[in-house]
Amino acid sequence: MRLLSAFIVGLVFGAGIAISGMINPAKVLNFFDIAGTWDPSLIFVMGGALVTTFVGYRVVLRRDAPVIEERFQLPTARDIDARLVGGSAVFGVGWGIAGFCPGAAVPALGSGKAEVAGFVVALLAGLWVARTVRDRQAGKGALA
Amino acid sequence: MTGFETEFTPLQSLAGGVLIGLSAVLLMFFQGRIMGATGILSGLVTGTAPGEKGWRAAMVAGMIAGPLLVMALTGQMPAVEVPVSWPMILAGGFIVGVGVTFGAGCTSGHGVCGNARLSPRSLVATVTFMITCGITVYVIRHVMGG
Repeated sequence: MRLLSAFIVGLVFGAGIAISGMINPAKVLNFFDIAGTWDPSLIFVMGGALVTTFVGYRVVLRRDAPVIEERFQLPTARDIDARLVGGSAVFGVGWGIAGFCPGAAVPALGSGKAEVAGFVVALLAGLWVARTVRDRQAGKGALA
Repeated sequence: MTGFETEFTPLQSLAGGVLIGLSAVLLMFFQGRIMGATGILSGLVTGTAPGEKGWRAAMVAGMIAGPLLVMALTGQMPAVEVPVSWPMILAGGFIVGVGVTFGAGCTSGHGVCGNARLSPRSLVATVTFMITCGITVYVIRHVMGG
């Protein structure tokens, strides 16, 4: 049940990424290229996703618990710190260089293009290195 | 490196956006979790707890199958045009991986789910990465490459 529902969630997400045009880095980069070949389509992606999620969460979170797990696991972090802002700033730079964000690159693997696979491998390497560094820092902090 | 025109697709983009939102709502309904590509992928790469990887792998399989389903239904594979060079692809991928780890989320986690929960953290993260992405594209296309 958990695997099946996760697969279906992924399927709907991937179809959305494909239909919306987020799957296409040329389109994503053009959204940010207001001074050049601007394509405002991504405003509509964000708008459709945000309104749907906002309304859907209101309905779902009225329940006592999700269907499979015992409780909702919502993020509890509240701090707006240098790590959040710095990390997000770095992410934006990488996004602007390659044109893929993580959620768009995974569905794009279905295109079979070597560049997409290359991006995902580099992304996973970046995730792994950063997680390792972060965990090591956390370990030091705990000892100190 | 200059770009090339892409077609303005408000209706498809809106419909696709609704599906992305629907997937986030479904994950909250079934598992009570935020739909964030960063969390899904990093759980796959570095997760150690039992039961952490199976459902994430199933979701990634679904994500890859999504566009193929669209192709089966419409007879057309959605365009994936990569207008940048290999070094940029690899450097960009690594930088994105580092950034989303420290920023604790990306376009799906912060941009869609967090903002839909009216989280101030997610709003700050989203505004930040949209601005630095815009600046980066401007510098690459209009300052360096032109």
